[in-house]
Parts: sequence; C-alpha cells; structure tokens
Amino acid sequence: MTTSNPANLNQAPTVKGPRRFEKPTTRQGKAGKWAEERLGLAGGMRKQLNKVFPDHWSFMMGEIALYSFIILILTGTFLTFFFDASMTEVRYNGAYVPLDGVQMSRAYASTLNISFEVRGGLVMRQIHHWAALLFMAAMLIHMFRVFFTGAFRKPRELNWLIGIGLVTLGLVEGFAGYSLPDDLLSGTGLRIAAAIVQSIPVIGSWAEFLVFGGKFPGTEIIGRLYIVHVLLVPGILAGLIGAHMALLIKQKHTEFPGPGKTEATISGERMYPTYGMKAGGFFFIVFAVCAALGGLAQINPVWLFGPYNPAQVSSGSQPDWYIGFLDGSTRLFPSWEIRLFHHTIPPLFWPTLVLPGVLFTLAGAYPFLEAKFTKDRASHNLLQRPRDVPVRTGLGAMAITFYAVLLVSGGNDLIAKAFDISLNAMTWAGRIGLLILPPLAYTIVYRICLGLQRHDREVLEHGIETGIIKLLPNGEFIEIHQPLGPVDDHGHGQLGYAGAPVPHKMNQLGNPHGGRIRGFFYPVREKADIQAELDELAATDQATQSRHRELTD
Amino acid sequence: MSGIRQADSEGLSAEEAAQLSPEEAMIAGAEVDDVFIVHRRDRFPIAGTKAERRAERTIAATFLIGFLAAVGFIVVFCGAVPFEWRLPGTGSQDFRYFTPLLGALLGLALAAIGIGVVLWAKWLLPEEEAVQDRHGGASPLTEQILTSGTLTSGFEDLGIARRSMLKTTLGLAGGALGVVPLVALVGAMIKKPNRGPGQSLFHTLFAAGVPLVYADGRRIGPDDLQPGGIATVFPGVEGGVRASDSPTLIIRLRPGQTVKARKGQADFGWGDYVAYSKICTHAGCPASLYEQQTGRLLCPCHQSQFDVLQDAKPVFGPATRSLPKLPLGVELVDGVQQFVAKGDFPEAIGPAFWERP
Repeated sequence: MTTSNPANLNQAPTVKGPRRFEKPTTRQGKAGKWAEERLGLAGGMRKQLNKVFPDHWSFMMGEIALYSFIILILTGTFLTFFFDASMTEVRYNGAYVPLDGVQMSRAYASTLNISFEVRGGLVMRQIHHWAALLFMAAMLIHMFRVFFTGAFRKPRELNWLIGIGLVTLGLVEGFAGYSLPDDLLSGTGLRIAAAIVQSIPVIGSWAEFLVFGGKFPGTEIIGRLYIVHVLLVPGILAGLIGAHMALLIKQKHTEFPGPGKTEATISGERMYPTYGMKAGGFFFIVFAVCAALGGLAQINPVWLFGPYNPAQVSSGSQPDWYIGFLDGSTRLFPSWEIRLFHHTIPPLFWPTLVLPGVLFTLAGAYPFLEAKFTKDRASHNLLQRPRDVPVRTGLGAMAITFYAVLLVSGGNDLIAKAFDISLNAMTWAGRIGLLILPPLAYTIVYRICLGLQRHDREVLEHGIETGIIKLLPNGEFIEIHQPLGPVDDHGHGQLGYAGAPVPHKMNQLGNPHGGRIRGFFYPVREKADIQAELDELAATDQATQSRHRELTD
Repeated sequence: MSGIRQADSEGLSAEEAAQLSPEEAMIAGAEVDDVFIVHRRDRFPIAGTKAERRAERTIAATFLIGFLAAVGFIVVFCGAVPFEWRLPGTGSQDFRYFTPLLGALLGLALAAIGIGVVLWAKWLLPEEEAVQDRHGGASPLTEQILTSGTLTSGFEDLGIARRSMLKTTLGLAGGALGVVPLVALVGAMIKKPNRGPGQSLFHTLFAAGVPLVYADGRRIGPDDLQPGGIATVFPGVEGGVRASDSPTLIIRLRPGQTVKARKGQADFGWGDYVAYSKICTHAGCPASLYEQQTGRLLCPCHQSQFDVLQDAKPVFGPATRSLPKLPLGVELVDGVQQFVAKGDFPEAIGPAFWERP
C-alpha cells in the first residue's frame, strides 16, 4: 500500500470553534455513537461511503439487471403465498366462468385464482413476468457493453465468468418459472423439454424418467420446478450476484479514457450522497417501468390458453423471448438423425443441448482466448472504444448476428404469417442466413471500425471541417479546418490519439473539462457557464491549493 | 491495512479533527481513504435564489405526485374499483380497470419518487468530481511472500507430502463421502424407464380390440367424419384420454386421395380412413394442423411437416421419422360400425431416444 498524505492537515485553516464529539447532542449523533461503540464501523464505513463511482449511461444496464432481480424477489414472494405447485387434478369452479367445470391441475387452478380472485394478484403476476423479461434483457445488454469495451480483460475475467453463470442460470430460472402455471403453452414447452432430456445419448430415457419421475408428464415435475424456481436457482443467483458485486467493489469500476482518466485512479462521484441517491432513485424508476408494464400491458394470459393437454397445441406458440434462440435453432436444424447399431441420436440433441453448450463455453472462454491471441497479459482499468479493437468488435457483431438469426427464426411462423411469406422459405432463409450473415456482419463491422479510426486520425491531423469555404488568390477553393491543438510547420496537428472520443464537429469544441460536464449522452453546457465555472475554479484552486492534491499520474 | 490507515489518521489528532467543519472533516476523511475531491461547487452558491426555490418546488411537486399516486393505489386496491371477474352481462365490468389502474398508479408513485430523488441529486447536491486511487491488482510482493510462506508452513506442518498413507486414506474416505449426496439424490429420484403400467416409451394404451374414443369418451365410427375430416381420438381404456402418448389423429381421406402404405402395414388403414400418432416424432408436440387439400400435417412447435399421402412421411423441418400408424379395424356395436385398434402402434411413438432402433 503506497499511500501519501499530501494534505497538511496539521495546519488546517479556518477554526470554527471546538466541536464536542465525545458527548453528541443531536439524535443522529447519539445513534451514531451507540452503534460505533458496539460495532466500531467508523473507519470501514467511511471508506465505503466515499467509494467513487464513475458515471456513464452504459453502466446502467447492470444496475437494471440487479434491480429487476430485487423486483422479482419482492413480487415472487407475494405469488408464493397463493400458488399451489401441485399436479393433482381438480375440477375448476372459480370466478372465471369460461373455464367452469374444466379438469385442470391445482397449479393451473391456483394461477387462475391469483389472476382473478386474489386482490392485486394479476398485477403482481404480470409485474413478475415483465421483470423477468427485463432481467434477462438487461443482463444480455450489460454483457454486450462489457464485451465491446473490453471490460472483461484482466483483472476482471472472473467476474465475466460469474456473469456467464448468471445468464445461464437466468435462462433456467425463467424457464422453470413460466412452466409453473401448467397451462397449454408452458406445458407444450415442458413436453419439448422432456423430449430434449430424452434426446441425450445413452442416458436419455433414464434422465427423463429421473427428472419427471416417470414418463412425461408424470405427477412430479411442477413441484420439482417450483422448488428449483423459488429456492435453488434464486439462492445460487443471489450468491453469484453477491460475488459479482463483491468483486466489483474490490476491483472497482472500469472507466472510459478521457482527460484526467488514468489506469491507477478512478474518478466520478462518491457513493454518499450523490451516487447513492442517483442509483437509489434509478431503482424506483426501473420498478416504476415494471409496475406500469405489469398493469397496462397484458402478458401470459394463461386463462386464454387453457390447462395443459398433451393432445392440444395452439399455432404460433412462442416461449419467452430469452428461450427464443433455442426454439429457433431447433427449427433450423436439419433432420439429421444418427442411427448406429440399433441406437439413435435424435436431431433434437444438437440444437438444444450441444449448441448452447458450445455458445456459453465460447463466451466464457473469450477473455482467455483473447489474452492468448493478443498476448496481452496486462491489467486494464481503462476501457477501449469498440472501434479501436476491430477484431473483437467484429467478433461480437458476428455473435450477435448469429444469435439474432436464431431469435428471429424462433418466431419465423409469426413472421411468415404477418408478411405472408412461405414458412418453408423462412426456414431456409434462417438456415442460410445463420451461415452467411455472421461472417458478413464481421466484415462490415470490421470495415466500419477502421473507417471510424481513420476519421479520428484525420481530425487529429487536419482539424475539424468548419464548413467555411475560402477562395484563394489563385482561384482555388479550400475548406478551412480548425486544428484541435498545436500544429507543426506543415499545419498538421500534433495531438496523438488517446483512446477517447475525438470531436468531429465545431459545436463539440469548447469543453475543457472532458467528461465532467455532461448531459445524458453528450456534454450539454453553455459556453458562458463554462467560463464562469473556470473563473470560479481558478479562484477556489488558489484558496485551497494546500488542501487539494494535484493528479500526478 | 488498518495499521496504515491509523498512520494516516495520526497526521490529525482528535483535537485537531474536532476543529474541522463537517465538510472539512469529510474532505480529510476522504483523503485518508485515498479519495481526493478535485472539484466541488454548490449548485446554488447563494442560498434562496429564485432558481433554487424553483428547483426545490419542482422536486417537491414530483414527490407530491408520488404521494397522491400511492394514496390512489391504496384507494383502488381497497375497493374503489371492483376486482372480481364477471362474465359480460352478469354484472359490472369495471373490474377491467382494476389491474391497469393498479399498475399505472404504482408505476406513477414509484416513478415520482425515483425521478424526484434523481433530480434532487442532479439539481441540488454539490457538483463534485472525486478521484480515488485504485490500489488494484495484486498485493505488494512482501505480502505475497509472507502469505505464501504461511500457507506452505501450514502445509508442511500437516506433512501431507510425507504422510502419503494419510493422504490416500483421507482421499478415499472423502471421495466416497463426496459421492454420497449424489447417490442420495440420484438414487432417490432414479426410475428404471419402461417399467410399470403406462410407463413404457415403446408402448401406448392401444391394443387389439381397444375402442377409439373422442376426448369425452364417445366412440367414433366410419360415419362420423366427412371426407377430408380429421378427429383426435384416444384409446378407450382407463386413463387413455389423459396419457401423453395417446393422442391419435384419425383422418378420412378425400375421394381420389390414396396412401402408399409402409412395408408390412398394407392393412393398417380401413376404407378411406387412416390413423397416425398425433405426437410429433421430433419434440413431442401434437402435430395438429391438417391441410386437407394437400394432405399435409404441420407441427406448430418447430414446423415439421408430414405428408399423409406419403404415409405421414416427414417432408419438411427437423423431424426425421414418419408418424407411427395405428392398425384400424371396426366392430359392430348395437348395429353401428365403430372403430377399434387392431393392435398397438408397431413402433415407439413420439420423439426418438437412444434405445429406439
């Protein structure tokens, strides 16, 4: 630990009269002393209160995921008080008259009960479902952010792996959750899940009988999924999220490069009070969006589907969006069945078990593969702009395109219907697209990255295009360029590229504080404001020069 | 770590610290934590200006909206709007507004608090830029050496390298014990496939002489379907309608349509009727969309298509096997012809698995 203490506090200036700390007079002071004498937290707590968080809109994705998880726990707990995870057959005679007298499982009947007879049950169910969709989406976009900016690099590979674990478990958790109502849609999903388990070579039918407690559907699966959904997986998720956060606190955030940003420091707002308030407020905003969706946008109306029945299915049956890519891969995979010595490996095995296994393994291995191929073993706290690493950005675009083709193919029947396209044509488009589009995306994105890089270098060398056209005495027209810094004898700029955004337009100039003056996406501040602030800053700096440390690195 | 922090704090005696204003103490404390406040400025250096009061009023108004929305939620929840479902024409339909109102009011209450708090932070809290030393990465080398020595020394005290007998025996005991939870769980859950009534993947409840019935138990006969018509039928035995492998599609061909039967199954049809397992051979969904003009069956799950005129052979999509065919026969019941199965499906129905040839 190499700490210097430059502030000469022994000569602390303004004396404002002694303050008696031994005998606090205020209520807060007394409470603080009471706690301190028992817990001794003053030092450690202050360190956390003062922790510095960088502020960038793209960092909110992880927050959204975390907050959705909390919303899921809150609404999920409410639902457990009313849900009955039993496959016992009952005859329905509840409030929803259209299903009166229909045979159904208690799981389905209690879901109807939550939706129609528990006060506020439907809104809770729908908030829960929307929050689950948001949880998965936020995790995925957070993962994209981490990937494209190189935030996964040493020392953060472990947190990347934990993240992959969270996404994988999130899929399992979501699937288990939406299977619980035992309606026709989710029951069809379970039917497919049973076929997938059964497709595993050698142990398939044993595995299916083990998981389902007999031949599908059996009488066990809803109860088992229930405990998996409310205890087992959420417990592991909570543990992993805790580890994810602990590593984040230990390793601190990454940061985009910019003026004053270094590998050895982190800059931004302290946790208490500013950042904490913003983050806390943001939790309420995320919850508000889920609540509004839960009330205003219908989701999973199980009463319209009816109870599960192995003889029935609706056309256009779709899983929740995060399972869609597996549905797509299953639709696209050709009818290749391996038959060997009176044994069978069904085609279902490859797109549903092997493919996700390969995808998640590749994703998990990526930080290590990249370090191996680039021979970059250094620790990085400053992020990279996606354009500066065209290969990685291209690979990411390739992966996203692959995923997108699978996701779209998961709903290819709906697309075929909406646009009046042949279903078979959609399937073939997906099959061909899956092979051709990802390399195409790689090439295009790679070229775009190089173009953006070149543009940055050009501005640094020749300055910003001002749009002012000048007529030279010899009749030649030239456009005047505004250099960004000092120029050499040939008029070429001498500033090097520092991994930070380069202004491309005149109205992006005039912001000497880099990242500090900011709006939501772009710096927004009037020039006069900045001048006033600069004057004041100079005055403050003079007054408290002895108290503030210069950044030496 | 704590030792170093003490050394830092020692730069400031308690008496000196007590002289500091809260803000000065905050800055001094932050520096002890290697956090340096490089910029700090009140948003409203002069208190009570119009702009400041306007900002405060706006935030307060936001919180007030939150209060009203939360009260509104409670009022709606506690009975201002009915929530119980009613069939149209049998009572008030106002329950339709219950859930949307709850969501909107809860969303508004939460959004108001969230937005108000964020605005408070953005508009009223001092503008601040702090820089913190990361102290990231590995511990100092001395720490590493001392810790490594501690670990090695403990390892040597245990003598695991020398005492190979202990290592082996503990490894054996621990290894065996480690398998116990796995055995306990798998052993409790495992079930031998294909054993017990209704548990076979190879057989369904159809057998010679079992009647074909609709889901409501009524029998089906050759006079029940129009040409081109289909029906889902089940084995007319106990549990036949509910079993997952029961659903069977009986199809009456249109005049002129013929089915080229599989080898050894020439007599499985009856007149212009054929019957196939409805369970898709791909993933087990019911393949239930029948196009009578072309004789094609579509499974809506993954779009496998079966051509009934080619004896339910898969012609598109991921399915590889034809739908198994049920041997059909008829018997006279009270002078009316009714369908019966002449036997079970000749092969396992539904998705394939390892043991299936």
